[in-house]
Amino acid sequence: MTLPTGRNRPLAWGFLAAIVVAVTIAGCGGGSDEPTLTVLGASSLTEALGKYGDGFAGATVRSSFAGSDQLAAQIKQGAKADVFASADTGYPAELHREGVVEKPVVFARNRLVVVTPEGSGVESLGDLAQPGTKIVIGDPSVPVGAYTREVLGRLPAGEREAILANVRSEEPEVTAVLAKVANGAADAGFVYATDAKTVAGQVRKVPVQSQLQPDVAYAAAVLSDSGDPQQARRYLQGLLHGPGAADLREAGFLPPR
Amino acid sequence: MRLRSGFGLLALAAAALALAFLVLPVVAIFADVSPGRLLDALGEESAREALWLSLRTTLLAVAIVLLVGTPAAYLLGRRRFRGRSLVLTAIELPLVMPPAVAGIALLAALGPNGVLGGWVEDTGIEFVFQTAGVVVALIFVSAPFYLRQAIAAFAALDPRLLEAARTLGAGPFRVFATVALPGARQGLASGLALAWGRALGEFGATLLFAGSLEGVTQTAPLAIFSAFSRPGGFDAALALSAVLIVVSALILIGVKLLGADQAVEDPAVR
Repeated sequence: MTLPTGRNRPLAWGFLAAIVVAVTIAGCGGGSDEPTLTVLGASSLTEALGKYGDGFAGATVRSSFAGSDQLAAQIKQGAKADVFASADTGYPAELHREGVVEKPVVFARNRLVVVTPEGSGVESLGDLAQPGTKIVIGDPSVPVGAYTREVLGRLPAGEREAILANVRSEEPEVTAVLAKVANGAADAGFVYATDAKTVAGQVRKVPVQSQLQPDVAYAAAVLSDSGDPQQARRYLQGLLHGPGAADLREAGFLPPR
Repeated sequence: MRLRSGFGLLALAAAALALAFLVLPVVAIFADVSPGRLLDALGEESAREALWLSLRTTLLAVAIVLLVGTPAAYLLGRRRFRGRSLVLTAIELPLVMPPAVAGIALLAALGPNGVLGGWVEDTGIEFVFQTAGVVVALIFVSAPFYLRQAIAAFAALDPRLLEAARTLGAGPFRVFATVALPGARQGLASGLALAWGRALGEFGATLLFAGSLEGVTQTAPLAIFSAFSRPGGFDAALALSAVLIVVSALILIGVKLLGADQAVEDPAVR
């Protein structure tokens, strides 16, 4: 690449300056006196907690979503946050045992479902065992991956082995499983019922019968070294009884028992 | 530059800072994992599969980049034509592209719903969820590193040497193989080291385009990512990282030795 010549130089500098200014302006904004809450949530909570956080009165909520196992690992490594909302009860319980978070509370429940692209020919769990079916599931350490293996564990051994043989990828978070099905790369994927709702037109749902369903319970906890535990506990309360609970219901989450 | 001058001292401090910053994380990995744990982690099936897969796929990707990229770089480096700048910028684009974007782009081009998706399916080749997809992703992100160095190396060749060979009766291929290649050796070697290192560390494009499955598509970086969030997996992640660092360093040193030429030191650097 040639450097700008004398004639091009002002144009080149102007171009670069414009980029820097644009990025700075985009990055700024929101510097208020309100306290900030940092929420680390499971990927499947992206829409519901995103809405809840945007409308949260009294604090600016910054949410970050990833696989619950990733988040737990990051918290253990010292990530600074106020609330941890996991897609299971195991990770919050483990963190509580290590004194890293306060006592967790179950705030929602969910169900597993199989999603499949239009025209894939997958109509039932039995079809997943057909050779050549491309299945995507979660990595074993991410909650949706563990729940999927629970479901498969309740199937007869032959069917289970055939389905596992068809697994082509173990994704680090449930949204990645959904994406691979939605863009047609996979024939089927195990996701949460709430995830299927977010891409309603692009995929078909194959239900997982109740007797195969695992107990999918989402638990959240305030971090022990949160900068604002009071606000954090208010956030949790809202998840259980207030606007947060409404947003969860709207996204399709089941109430905690 | 006089080191005792004010600016000289500043530059020295800057160099020391840069060195410390780049070296510290690497040293920390080896400080954090005991040799015993390192060997244990290497004994694990998933770690061995990941390293073997990384080795196979990067070797294949780099071989293809060398085979196709060297003649291409020769042409692009030595011929002037209209639109040359544009072509060079297009080739360098993956360099500044975020790896995740590269993954999306590959899906948009070669995925099942992609521009060439139907054609790819007809030939029976599968990329997504296959090792072939990993190799494609590696080629896409590493080729620009090699091409850039190779083009510069060929462009810097003394045209008189090539002319001399031609006037002595050598055909174009002979000129390329016996005069241009040896002459550009240093630049080609450094390009090879960069491309291989980049391929070894590739993560985002591989994950998005090919997926992650042990033994098929879960390369070492993907395995590290998976190990990190497993209960008790941080040690395994550290151990895998340590191995990758050693391998990368060996590649870098080996390739530099390959291209080293004591007689040709840059006279401009004192």
